[in-house]
Amino acid sequence: MEIIFKKSVQDRKGVSLPALDVPTMISVEKKYGRTRDADLCELSELDVVRHFTALSRCNFGVDTNFYPLGSCTMKYNPKVCEKIAQLEGFCSLHPLLPQLRRGGMLTQGALAVLYELERVLCEISGMDAFTLQPMAGAHGELTGMMLVAAYHRDRGNVRTEVLIPDEAHGTNPSSAAIAGYRVRSVPTNRETGVIDLAVLETMIGPQTAAIMMTNPNTLGIFNSQIGKIAECAHRHDALLYYDGANLNAVVGKFRPGDADFDVVHINLHKTFGTPHGGGGPGAGPVGVKKKLEEFLPISRIVKRPDNTYSLNYGYPKSIGYIAPFYGNFGVCLKAYAYILLLGHDGLAEVSDNAVLNANYVMARLKRSFDVPFDRTCMHECVISAARQAKNGVNALDIAKRLIDLGFHPPTVYFPLIVKEALMIEPTETESKETLDAFVAAMEAIAVEARENPSLLHDSPVSTPVGRLDEVKAARDMDFAFA
Amino acid sequence: MSYVANTAAQREAMLATCGAPNLEVLFADIPRELKPRASRLPPGKSEQEVLAAMTALASQNYSHLTNFVGGGFYDHFIPAAVDAIAGRSEFYTAYTPYQPELSQGTLQAIYEYQSAMCRLTDMEVSNASLYDGGTALYEACQMAIRATQRPKIIVDGGVNPIYRQMLYCYTANLSIDFHEVPVSHGQSDRERVFDALDSTTAAVVLQNPNFFGVIDDHTDIAQRCHAMGILAIQSVYPIALALLKSPGETGIDIATGEGQSLGLPLSFGGPYLGFMATSKNLVRKMPGRLVGRTVDNRGRQGFVLTLQAREQHIRREKAMSNICTNEALCALRAHAYLSLMGKQGLKEVASLCLNKAHYAKERLKAIPEVKVMESSPTFNEFTVRLPIDAAEAAGKMIELGIAPGFPLGRYYPDMDNYLLVAVTEKRTKYEIGAFAETLEHVLTTG
Repeated sequence: MEIIFKKSVQDRKGVSLPALDVPTMISVEKKYGRTRDADLCELSELDVVRHFTALSRCNFGVDTNFYPLGSCTMKYNPKVCEKIAQLEGFCSLHPLLPQLRRGGMLTQGALAVLYELERVLCEISGMDAFTLQPMAGAHGELTGMMLVAAYHRDRGNVRTEVLIPDEAHGTNPSSAAIAGYRVRSVPTNRETGVIDLAVLETMIGPQTAAIMMTNPNTLGIFNSQIGKIAECAHRHDALLYYDGANLNAVVGKFRPGDADFDVVHINLHKTFGTPHGGGGPGAGPVGVKKKLEEFLPISRIVKRPDNTYSLNYGYPKSIGYIAPFYGNFGVCLKAYAYILLLGHDGLAEVSDNAVLNANYVMARLKRSFDVPFDRTCMHECVISAARQAKNGVNALDIAKRLIDLGFHPPTVYFPLIVKEALMIEPTETESKETLDAFVAAMEAIAVEARENPSLLHDSPVSTPVGRLDEVKAARDMDFAFA
Repeated sequence: MSYVANTAAQREAMLATCGAPNLEVLFADIPRELKPRASRLPPGKSEQEVLAAMTALASQNYSHLTNFVGGGFYDHFIPAAVDAIAGRSEFYTAYTPYQPELSQGTLQAIYEYQSAMCRLTDMEVSNASLYDGGTALYEACQMAIRATQRPKIIVDGGVNPIYRQMLYCYTANLSIDFHEVPVSHGQSDRERVFDALDSTTAAVVLQNPNFFGVIDDHTDIAQRCHAMGILAIQSVYPIALALLKSPGETGIDIATGEGQSLGLPLSFGGPYLGFMATSKNLVRKMPGRLVGRTVDNRGRQGFVLTLQAREQHIRREKAMSNICTNEALCALRAHAYLSLMGKQGLKEVASLCLNKAHYAKERLKAIPEVKVMESSPTFNEFTVRLPIDAAEAAGKMIELGIAPGFPLGRYYPDMDNYLLVAVTEKRTKYEIGAFAETLEHVLTTG
């Protein structure tokens, strides 16, 4: 579609602003002013609305298509949560108000939401305290690693390394490195699909600051040895970090705190149904055990004896300010409303159905595709297109063909340790009929891969554009319309 | 209400397909001793009940105060079309656009957002967004350290104190040497900034307008930096850029800022929008997603995420940043806002802010007890000195329905009597008058 700037018509306007009602007419002193106007669009409101509406129709979303993008938990996002985040009393509230003297009383409703959300996250995760400040999962990881560093610094430990399984999301090693740690990769056992305690024992030592784990991991497998791994970490005074990216699989069935994890982050846009927005905003609250609580970022929200809420800054060992305020409040609101809607019974249904849906899809796809870890999975299953690859059809071709059949593809080529990986996460809100239609499409593609590979190589053809030239994009470096 | 679709009968059929006698066996990998005790969470509630409970909480907030609080976060008007556009669920229920063919809507919108931010800042390349203005500034410092291989950062005292605290927090575990230079007469202190520059300096961090609302022309500082191989970083207020000298015109190397003013509600602190723009020669050191324009297999224009070798999902521990999920929908809102405002509209908004703030200054100057700090020009925010503790005065004003500004004693221990007052296009002449009269009343009646 045409770039919006090409639609611009000189002197056209899209807004009407109130007339200046004060008796001054000053302008910026020349020395401080810009010499040339910013060359923004000149369009009517209808032009703009039509442009964006047309753009929106070039997108797949959960509301338009089945979206089994592994690791991303693209479940349905309840509409009432959107409405709640737009309530005037929340969305027009200035974040500095509670920092005025006695200002906490001006924002009791907002502070109550944050405090109560922290409490329910503690209950769900088995942790002792939470901060809601991290603004995405990876931000939570970085915050968690900063807490790990603060803990060791406080104890006089000199720790330089973080151990991370090789199947982990890229954010794990990246977050640990940015926090100042060297990263060592722990190999996954190719038979069991999880890391081995024995291997971990050979790698851990007095240099180890933490072990970062995702459980169930990115292969969709729960590591049953978790208790022994925690014991091993703590024997070396290393901390155990839980990446909550896959909490959707086990919510109501397993609490990382009960398995002696010391730090967790939770992606509210995964487990608790807030929309992903095409790449954010998210929220990545971090929970800790008592021994790490004093290091949490400030401000912290406290409930006073008279049942009012306030902000507290008096934590001398806190790592400080990781966010300007209290996190992505609008996202926290939606997650809190979602948890109230579901309650403990609804949350248990989440994991039940997320896991059942994934196992059902895997069971049905076994005939047509390789399954590298042929065992019960949790909320997502990893299949491989290795069989099809022998015929010149790879995971990417299958993904692209799925688009033409009306499905968002699974995650491809991740985890990195599986060849031709297709990682499928149906989520709990999808029905058997949708899964059956998806399986039928995958089976049809398996046949096409044998009989008509070029059909797959040419896919997709139903979208506004076909496969894109990524090499040209990187070479041309056209990042802005000139 | 769990939003689950499958019926009990369907679940039975699916379990049979899996060869599983019941749901429990699917969870057999979780050790028995780790099965949680009964949850203390309440049972689920209906949509009607939850909406009522949340509406009751919303009504406890004082969102009705006439707002003169800014501090980097402003109460601007948001056209209804912004909400309508961002409310298209094809946008907000999508994931990061990893599959470009079915994400052209998001990708083109990001490309256009990047273009709009480049036009506003006069820079060559903008990323797809960062979390907020503070983390954007931290990322800019990291980027400068990577680009120059030097350890020291000079920070102007006019940089938002909230952001300065964030910078120091993120780098506590790293060997970065921050050196802060207090402002002089409200503006960057040239003499002391220049004195602080040396061959170990990676960057100078500036802000325009600065936290006190003061505008400046940092061209001389940027020039001095460049002569010494130092990068100039400037945090900017995008609405003000409609009128003020842009980072590009100033010779800035990395422009960052908070995009909340571009059509995002205040929402008690988030979600907001960090932006970052730089020159093409620094792009490989830049954090965050980046969309590039290319063509498809039939020669048609299309958009993809590009230069991903900078990012965590490719480079893992060697990535430029760990950022993954950013603030895409907020960037989309900002792009919709800028498109609606347009070239003329944004200038008008900025001019309304400037003039109304000027009028507020005049009204407050007329109060004998109030001293308006005027040594340097300001945009839409300015500082006043009161005869009493500003926090005390603010408390009394709030009881009368006006949030008069932000008392600076919170961040500057020697400025207890100072109040930072922000005026946007939403404040009317009547409200500004009422503000002045109420303040005078509070100061004179005690």
